[in-house]
Amino acid sequence: MKDYNFAYLDEATKRMIRRAILKAVAVPGYQVPFASREMPMPYGWGTGGVQVTAACLTPEDRLKVIDQGADDTTNAVSIRKFFQRTAGIDVTERTHEATIIQTRHRIPEAPLTEGQILVYQVPIPEPLRFLEPRETETRRMHALEEYGLMHVKLYEDIARNGEIATAYAYPVKVQGRYVMDPSPIPKFDNPKLSDCAALQLFGAGREQRIYALPPHTQVVSLDFDDHPFVAAKAPHACDLCGDAASYLDEVITDDAGGRMFVCSDTDHCATRRASGHAGRLGGSEGAAA
Amino acid sequence: MTGAHPLLSVRDLTRSYGTRRGCADIAFDLWPGEVMGIVGESGSGKSTLLGCLAGHLVPDAGRVVFDTRAEGPRDVLAMAEPERRMLARTDWAFVHQNPRDGLRMGVSAGGNVGERLMAVGARHYGQIRSQALDWLGRVEIAADRIDDKPRQFSGGMQQRLQIARNLVTGPRLVFMDEPTGGLDVSVQARLLDLLRGLVRQMGLSAVIVTHDLAVVRLLADRLMVMKDGLVVEQGLTDQVLDDPQHPYTQLLVSSVLQA
Repeated sequence: MKDYNFAYLDEATKRMIRRAILKAVAVPGYQVPFASREMPMPYGWGTGGVQVTAACLTPEDRLKVIDQGADDTTNAVSIRKFFQRTAGIDVTERTHEATIIQTRHRIPEAPLTEGQILVYQVPIPEPLRFLEPRETETRRMHALEEYGLMHVKLYEDIARNGEIATAYAYPVKVQGRYVMDPSPIPKFDNPKLSDCAALQLFGAGREQRIYALPPHTQVVSLDFDDHPFVAAKAPHACDLCGDAASYLDEVITDDAGGRMFVCSDTDHCATRRASGHAGRLGGSEGAAA
Repeated sequence: MTGAHPLLSVRDLTRSYGTRRGCADIAFDLWPGEVMGIVGESGSGKSTLLGCLAGHLVPDAGRVVFDTRAEGPRDVLAMAEPERRMLARTDWAFVHQNPRDGLRMGVSAGGNVGERLMAVGARHYGQIRSQALDWLGRVEIAADRIDDKPRQFSGGMQQRLQIARNLVTGPRLVFMDEPTGGLDVSVQARLLDLLRGLVRQMGLSAVIVTHDLAVVRLLADRLMVMKDGLVVEQGLTDQVLDDPQHPYTQLLVSSVLQA
């Protein structure tokens, strides 16, 4: 603990990141540039999220880290340990106990509350990147609110697949102004972005951008009048806890086509099982776990 | 169509590249429904002039006054950028010489045509698609090619697609930079036929830059001849081509190969 400044980053860096966060909160959905630092992990492992978390952490905070909804994946475990060691803070796997949640690719199933901060790891913050490769041009398009091109992408989806096939990183419009990439969360989670009680911060380390959704910001998923947005998920119930409304992972269990569907949010699933819910396989494996 | 003001009124337009003259002291009026040709050899300032008119280049001096739908004549150069870009995707159109510059090569033909509609707020897929189909029909592209990408199209088809993409929002003023350049003669002829039909039907005004005198004779009502960045002669197309006054125009007219 003595070997590091609190939460790894030096105070000047944290102040710089906080300034970017304040600006991002003031202009919801706007990508604020910041001087991203080298972190002791490779790009793509959440360097942006880690820097935002480090800048937000106080010694009283309780941190939860999830990767694809799970608390026990490599990325989540490493980041949680990183902050335990460099900040000495408490950690938890319970969504409602956490004050800061760093996430990759999911929003927890349990509703977030005021006072909580949700930190997203973002690989590509620019929603227009693959439509218009010039950053100078995309910035101008954001400035002038020229978002017709975003709908061209959705048009292409429908023309090719008969429906909007974009399943993750589904573009949204924030408070009627900026079009934003919600990071690669499944579009199932998009409705949870809107009117969320928690502060949502997005950090992209390699791309050096921070953006934010203040609590209770209105977030609308883009769509067409005759092809409205649908928050899709696998049409099954969780095989462990029996929840039919949570987002599911498909797990292949043998070489004979056997498979099971389980909640991607491990805390949500464990909480439900602890309170007595059981799914198709919940009796045997649920009890063992 | 109002008759009170010219659609486009240009005065003293000058643009230089360092000490080199791009174009200088250009002045003309373009009236609604009128097609003006600009001819001249390579390097005579045609494209610079067109770029300045369309807002791609910033001129050093001069005024470009456009008769806007809502507010009447406005100096385009004094407009704020959002306004100018809005104008560029509603009332104006720009047909590039190379379709690659004017099309999104990775987006289907339908998406290309629909982009301008979506940019001005269309949010109904079915309507966008039927309008795209309608326009593909008007430029003689088969309906079953709507989901193909432009890179699967021939050069002539790409150029026609570019025209459809530009005209779908019903612009009033079209800038064309060598629209038939690089196409073989039979394809050129059909494209010209198509353009002439569209210009007449929609009552478009157009500024066409070309070095091909046959193109201006077919399309343009009026002609401006440029050399070294200056206008050396202007007048009715037939008059300029049949009775050229300036030595350079005489040279230009007499240089055309007789087939």
